[in-house]
Amino acid sequence: MIDLSRLSATQIRDGIVDKLFTAREVTDAAIERIGVLDRQIHAFNQVTKQLAYAAAERIDDAVASGLVLPALAGVPVAFKDNMYLTGTRTTCSSRMLENNESVYDCTAVHRLLEAGTIPLGKCNLDEFAFGSSTEYSAFGPTRNPWNPEAVPGGSSGGSAAAVSGGMVTLALGSDTGGSIRQPGSFTGVVALKPTYGRVSRYGCVAFASSLDQIGPLAKTVEECALALNAISGKDPMDATSVERPAEDFATGLAEGVAGLRVGVVTDFLEAEGCAPEVRDSILAATEVFASLGAEIGEVELPSTAYGLSAYYIIAPAEASSNLARFDGIRYGHRAEDAEDVIDMYMRSRSEGFGPEVLRRIMLGTYALSAGYYEAYYGQAQKARTLIKRDFASAFERFDVLLAPTSPTVAFGIGERMDDLLSMYLSDICTIPVNLAGNCAISVPSGLSPSTGLPIGLQIIGDHFAESTVLRAAAAFEAAIEFDPTPPLVQEIQYEATGERKRRGFRR
Amino acid sequence: MAISEEQVRHVALLARLALTDEQVAEYGEQLNSILEHIDTIRQLDLEGVEPTAHAVDMVNETRADEPLPCLPLDAVLLNAPEAEDGAFVVPRIVAGGDEA
Repeated sequence: MIDLSRLSATQIRDGIVDKLFTAREVTDAAIERIGVLDRQIHAFNQVTKQLAYAAAERIDDAVASGLVLPALAGVPVAFKDNMYLTGTRTTCSSRMLENNESVYDCTAVHRLLEAGTIPLGKCNLDEFAFGSSTEYSAFGPTRNPWNPEAVPGGSSGGSAAAVSGGMVTLALGSDTGGSIRQPGSFTGVVALKPTYGRVSRYGCVAFASSLDQIGPLAKTVEECALALNAISGKDPMDATSVERPAEDFATGLAEGVAGLRVGVVTDFLEAEGCAPEVRDSILAATEVFASLGAEIGEVELPSTAYGLSAYYIIAPAEASSNLARFDGIRYGHRAEDAEDVIDMYMRSRSEGFGPEVLRRIMLGTYALSAGYYEAYYGQAQKARTLIKRDFASAFERFDVLLAPTSPTVAFGIGERMDDLLSMYLSDICTIPVNLAGNCAISVPSGLSPSTGLPIGLQIIGDHFAESTVLRAAAAFEAAIEFDPTPPLVQEIQYEATGERKRRGFRR
Repeated sequence: MAISEEQVRHVALLARLALTDEQVAEYGEQLNSILEHIDTIRQLDLEGVEPTAHAVDMVNETRADEPLPCLPLDAVLLNAPEAEDGAFVVPRIVAGGDEA
């Protein structure tokens, strides 16, 4: 049996082209790994075995016919369960949409499949993507492959855990305030939030429309670049997607960072609750960039101090508006024996939505209600302008900015469920990037000495500067040689092969 | 600035949520703790600052005014809790009158 966690996307495609193995065998390996791990991890809401084997057959037929295979042929992938894929339910991990069948394909999903990938399933998330730990899923939490007693982060926690556990090679998540990057950081994988507008959101259930962006998670920077190649670009079905000149994000990855102007964001290192070992890891990462020939400086983003407040007005306000569509009429849960239509709306919604969704709808509705709109939403949008200006002036001096992805490593299951603010604070370094619309990647920077859990370095770029961000991330990745294989997966590998691999941080 | 229980009930009605008395108390308390944290933003002097609705500058996007196929009717109705004769079924909206 192939061990997927030891093969990159390119190695999988090349192996199929060279007839070392078939797409069917790759699919067998993914299904096998999911069977072994997912009972414990719960990364998946649904495993799409039939769709996977159908896609594998198309690839193997193409090989037999001597056709040129697309860039990600035979690569196992998974999608956050807020993205439509025909033949699957799209539940958003909510009782509201428990039986919701996809009636069309999300554009990013469709584009990734067009690149030859094998769809293995739909991944767990915090209900409607509201959360930072995947504990708010109506179908139970996802666990972190590095330590099953820890959360995988969220809201794209299922996507991150599926990649980290070697169950798929690539996954798509969505990021409104850090929901791709923070779980990437917590599970030791590479996770990219593209610039607002880079990737179409058509077919991804909307959370906060001025912030949402779809992006990839994978074990390596190159795989994220290849996925971005597949999914980015203008889509007539999403008016906020942006027309850009064609770019190959994978070509410049090896060019290095000599002369690159790198700014360390001091505000984020001193952010509330930033753990000393996280700070140390980011400072060590800064030295790695210096040793690679980058020019290092410090930068302050003072207005980002208002980021969390602005976000917890803007995001719930937009969410309360977006979620008004769940009224028990066209789709989703409908309460039985309603007296009239208002009774039906109110009971359908209260029965279908979980506690965090109700909380955010309440907060958002309050912030938008008569008499408070200017004081909250209006002020938050103006604060957003200041944050955007801070980033813009930072990018006059620097090519990329360095910061922690999250102020801590993965916390314990249940640890923050009773303390909303501590849960919200885990996104304090990622939220400002969404507010400003920039792109950013989380790349593992090492393991925490106290817990053995991964720490994530966030590399932030200017609007549409994904190539620069990816190049910086690739240089850092090559320099530190982080091993992204969690102990749980090492045990599986050992049982299969009897071979122990040297692990950890190597220089 | 604390929100009262009455305001919580009003917001729930606006959001079309049927909350129990316990939920009203619970969400009231939680909203107050969140609002206390985000209240700093109301104190900011942002006179003359333009609001940002979208972070990436873009103008209105329009497409050519040409008809395109839409989703087939059976797909549109696939997830409806109740559908009949190609339409969504809803409870009576207008009161009174005889059955037709």
